[in-house]
Amino acid sequence: MATIAKDAPSQPERARKFDDVGQLSQFQLIWRRYRKNHLSVIGAIVLIVMYLMAFFADFIAPYDPNEIDASHQYAQPSTIVWANGGLALQGMRQIVDSVNFQIIYEPDPDVTYPIRLLVRSNPYVMWGFIPLDIHLFGVEAPPEANAKIFLWGADRQGRDLFSRVLKGAQISLTIGFFGVMISMVIGSIVGTASGYFGGWIDNIIQRLIELIQTFPFISLFIAIAAALPVTMPVVQRYMLITIILAFITWTSFSREVRGKVLSYRNADYTAAAIAAGASHWRVITTHMIPNAMSHIIVVASFAVPGAIAAETALSFLNLGMLPPAVSWGVLLQDAQQIKSVTLYPWLLIPLGAIVLASLCLYLLGDGLRDAVDPYA
Amino acid sequence: MATFLARRIVYMVITMILASFIGFFLIELPPGSIVDIKIDQLRAQGGNVPQDQIEALKRRYGVDDPLHIKYWKWVSRTLQGDFGTSFETDTPVAGIIAQRLPITFALTFGTALFAWLISVPLGVYLATNRGSIPDYIITFVQFLGIAIPNFALALILMVFAALVLRQDVGLGFFSPQYVGAPWSFAKFLNLLSNLWIPVVVLGASATAGLTRVMRANLLDVLNAQYIQTARAKGLQEHAVVWKHAVRNAVHPLIMSIGYLLPAIVVGDALAGVILNLPTLGALYLRALQATDMYLGITILMMQCIMLLLGNLIADLLLAWVDPRVRLE
Repeated sequence: MATIAKDAPSQPERARKFDDVGQLSQFQLIWRRYRKNHLSVIGAIVLIVMYLMAFFADFIAPYDPNEIDASHQYAQPSTIVWANGGLALQGMRQIVDSVNFQIIYEPDPDVTYPIRLLVRSNPYVMWGFIPLDIHLFGVEAPPEANAKIFLWGADRQGRDLFSRVLKGAQISLTIGFFGVMISMVIGSIVGTASGYFGGWIDNIIQRLIELIQTFPFISLFIAIAAALPVTMPVVQRYMLITIILAFITWTSFSREVRGKVLSYRNADYTAAAIAAGASHWRVITTHMIPNAMSHIIVVASFAVPGAIAAETALSFLNLGMLPPAVSWGVLLQDAQQIKSVTLYPWLLIPLGAIVLASLCLYLLGDGLRDAVDPYA
Repeated sequence: MATFLARRIVYMVITMILASFIGFFLIELPPGSIVDIKIDQLRAQGGNVPQDQIEALKRRYGVDDPLHIKYWKWVSRTLQGDFGTSFETDTPVAGIIAQRLPITFALTFGTALFAWLISVPLGVYLATNRGSIPDYIITFVQFLGIAIPNFALALILMVFAALVLRQDVGLGFFSPQYVGAPWSFAKFLNLLSNLWIPVVVLGASATAGLTRVMRANLLDVLNAQYIQTARAKGLQEHAVVWKHAVRNAVHPLIMSIGYLLPAIVVGDALAGVILNLPTLGALYLRALQATDMYLGITILMMQCIMLLLGNLIADLLLAWVDPRVRLE
């Protein structure tokens, strides 16, 4: 108590600072408080950039993520130099070390290739319906030079890691997000019904949830994912994994929502609404859901990083998304061999992407949790 | 108390029966039966497999039975203590699990001990020194501990050990030259050098989470009026914190026992696979990948039982530590 009194500004100052509070909407109040958590704001900005990059992955990526190139196996990240008034790619020579029989690359100081923005190269279909061949950047080089720009190096089959991480983000960043969205909807509906109506409905739902929660989360996820046929098309597999994630995670949402609804159910304003003749539907949609919404969003923002980690882990173990689909977990399979990581450390870049995304999502959740209750 | 226990146990049995339906169905779900795998194995060893041998195999494993007959056969055998045979290695499931249980057990308890020994004093320190520089630093480190997925942390530490410490990693608990060797001080040191990564990986998120909860709870308790009273009486700060406040803030630690028991059986499956540890979690993963169904279902059911038992023990302990908690 004493510490709070010490930190608080004097009364008139406080009043001046907050004199517009009465005119602000709840959303503005939340935003005002959220803004103060700088770390969380930074996390949100990084996340927006990451999702935008995933959304425009085909355009930003200089190459097809599955394009195999035997002449660039384990190519190291390109050296970029300043030459002839612009950024340029340092030419490289591939040589085979006759002692260890390893492919090594040596910079060729005399040769540079200019890097250009908006170049035409291999065609792709943007978002599945716009055929394009323009890429954000690329190297202008004669075809016989076989020069390629590898911002983050190449993997064992000479595939561009930068393009692959971008393409992988399309799966890894969204599968957890959509899974949690679905589970949020299911959890809210079931939890509201359970808490609002109570009685035998509540009883049955709660027993069902307990039954599902008897299984450890990751074991259940693995067991269901192992049942998916290996030959399944990528899109179908993506959808099924999303649904499995939702099916496993909705129970904790439902518990949270039920707890909230139970307390609003006994509030005076609910009794007033019912006394005034409001239908169940109206009470639920105007009092229960909007009140619980902020809480639901906070729980969801903490659930997304867990879901993303679960998908990458599963794909890493060959149980989630499978090649030729590109997910961060699939990319990390190459990093499992410590020997190749010590030789080609850029194989660990997908790991950095996972850690960064996960960290930013937690920061976002942390900020939201403090901000959603602006009246506190 | 006795009625509480009886009710809980009856309830646990019912839950287990239902869970066994679901578990069996899930494990049975993957396409391709064990007989296909067996036939492939035999074919790989040489020559064609005669039709009557296939039939014999099918009868032996009951592949063509309908699901409820299969379930009934499995349950009745399991209740008699026969957990079935691992298809992959052709050895009894019970033996394989028993072999891995002690090491999984030791690892889980070691990690939990590590988490508790660090998180209680650290949480107390952070709560009593709120807003200090160590508070900010440790809060940030904790945040990393929670945010970095376990399997990612395992990979990071392995690369760190390999590149910076020049250590051989991914070998399991012992380096090859010590695997068959009798116990010696050198072997013990070797165990320790291989053990720190799994303990840190498995303990990081638990330690971070518990410290966070401990700090938050203690901050709440320290604001309570009985703490003010204790201080007003002139009690020493040490006694106020440890005798009055901490005892009222340890509930989450006790609740965490509910997660600890199943963790013995799952361990951390992913970290186990990456670090090449002979834990049950890693075994479970391999069993599912190889559609080794009896091994998979046995471990899955063990996890469920442990989760239910863990929750029961946590509730009982909580009632024992805190007389205000009523068992109903």
